[in-house]
Amino acid sequence: MAAITSSSTVAAAPAGRSLWADAWRRLRRNTMAVASAGFVLFVVVVCVVGPWLASAIAGLDSTSQDVAYGARGPTWQHWLGTDPLGRDMMVRVMLGGRLALAVALVATAVALVLGVGWGAVAGYVGGRVDDVMMRIVDVLYGFPVVVFIIVVMSVIGTHSLVVLFALIGAVSWMTMARIVRGQIMSLRHQEFVEAARALGAGPGRIIVRHLLPNSLGPIIVYATLSLPYVMLTEAFLSFLGLGVQAPQASWGTLVAEGAEKMVVYPWLLIGPGLLMAATIFALNFLGDGLRDALDPQTRRT
Amino acid sequence: MIRLIVGRVLMGVVVLWAVATVAFFALHAAPGGPFDDERAVPPEVMRNIEERYHLDQPIFTQYLHYLGDVVRLDFGHSMKRQQTVAEIIRHHAPYSAKLGLFALAIAISLGVLLGVLAAHRQNRLADHAAMTVSLIGISVPSFVMGPLLVMIFALGLFWLPPARIEGFTSYILPATTLGLIYMGTIARLTRSGMLETLRQDYIRTARAKGVSERGVVWRHGLRLGLLPVVTYLGPATAGLISGSFVIEKIFQVPGLGYSFVASITDRDYPVLTGVLVFYAAFLTALNLVVDIVYGVLDPRIRDRR
Repeated sequence: MAAITSSSTVAAAPAGRSLWADAWRRLRRNTMAVASAGFVLFVVVVCVVGPWLASAIAGLDSTSQDVAYGARGPTWQHWLGTDPLGRDMMVRVMLGGRLALAVALVATAVALVLGVGWGAVAGYVGGRVDDVMMRIVDVLYGFPVVVFIIVVMSVIGTHSLVVLFALIGAVSWMTMARIVRGQIMSLRHQEFVEAARALGAGPGRIIVRHLLPNSLGPIIVYATLSLPYVMLTEAFLSFLGLGVQAPQASWGTLVAEGAEKMVVYPWLLIGPGLLMAATIFALNFLGDGLRDALDPQTRRT
Repeated sequence: MIRLIVGRVLMGVVVLWAVATVAFFALHAAPGGPFDDERAVPPEVMRNIEERYHLDQPIFTQYLHYLGDVVRLDFGHSMKRQQTVAEIIRHHAPYSAKLGLFALAIAISLGVLLGVLAAHRQNRLADHAAMTVSLIGISVPSFVMGPLLVMIFALGLFWLPPARIEGFTSYILPATTLGLIYMGTIARLTRSGMLETLRQDYIRTARAKGVSERGVVWRHGLRLGLLPVVTYLGPATAGLISGSFVIEKIFQVPGLGYSFVASITDRDYPVLTGVLVFYAAFLTALNLVVDIVYGVLDPRIRDRR
């Protein structure tokens, strides 16, 4: 870990010497990771802007039905075909994409806060506290977390998306906690921490101002890698009918519907299914690329 | 080693108690009950029902009743089906167990093979190919992969049955779908474990004394290189359980996951808590076995504690 004193090093990187400039160079050389980043960006733009464009240009929206037209395969008017109610699949897939992106961001943010907090405290305090905290992580790790979400959702008796997103985040922080703990433990006895302590900095200040900024690389990597994971979890729950509810569509519910009718209307499965798989694949590839670039020592797992 | 095992067993008991307790109170705090119906039920009928399930007593008495039953492994009757929870588990769990074991076998054999191959040819074409395949396994959701495989192998080529369990061949598609996800992770874990191991001194010693390349990789290397995979078996099985919910739905397997999801929508509390505690007990036992195997594989851990 090279010294990162402030964020200004990012802006004024002296000729490829700083950690960030170095990482950026490594990442750019990884063609697959760059292509993945491009693809993810493309999906984001299409999902955010697409529905507006579709309604402005072609007059398409996700709810207007044309039962007489029914389910038909891709045409120039409906690029991804229509569903049995005659709704345009492309707009529905794009709206589902918005939801998938929203869950990815919200749940990852929740997981980030929990995981970094938990790992930082465990790693900094150490000893008994660390033992207990990490044992809890082990136990949660070996538990089917989806079951937990399902039970809590049915207990609260809500289909609120915010609750769903927060819950997915609340069960996805364990890897982050482990990584951050490891980072903090390896850093906390270094001289710059001793120096800060000698200057009278308290534990909170040391963690936030000195330890976490120096762990930023792995944190970014694992935050990126948790994006596809939480997207999968949302789709999984929605597929079971326990997540996003109609009339809202997520990739999970679209695929569920498509899988039911794939024999007669295969495009209902292929459109949303392939887009979702490709997005998750690209996010994973990007995460791997970031890891290789930012954190060469971490083993690939 | 014995101390380690005793400690883990005690820990497991605490975990089970916590799961049972949380499940009990959480479900009783939930709005809506299993006997809520659009039709008005006569009060005397309702009283009989509540008496039968002890629902008329204070919640703490209910809790004690329930804990006593759990200790005796008696989870009572389903509130929706004319079966005891034990019968439901006994009837449906074997399907899930077969599915899970088969999936795990596929995941481990293919995953280890891919991982060793990749590590052995690090940064060569075989490595990149193996890692891309494993990433596809991780990235394609099982509920996309499952229908796609059905489309190709069942409805296109007519090689395998598309759904339902009738004989061995009907397990192939669901188990492959379920196993592919874990194959990906296991391949990556094996690769990193093997890369690290093959750099160790004792591997160099083995090479120096003339052990064949195959012996070095598969006997000496794999023993240590597989440790991360062994650790992953606990979380993998947890994942297989939740994965089975979706797989059993897609392929219409009458497994326990299907009953579990149904018990949630039905608010069938005894089945829900029973299956939950059953899952937790199973996972705790499995993690204990994993810890012991870990000790056997890595003498350093065994001797340290």
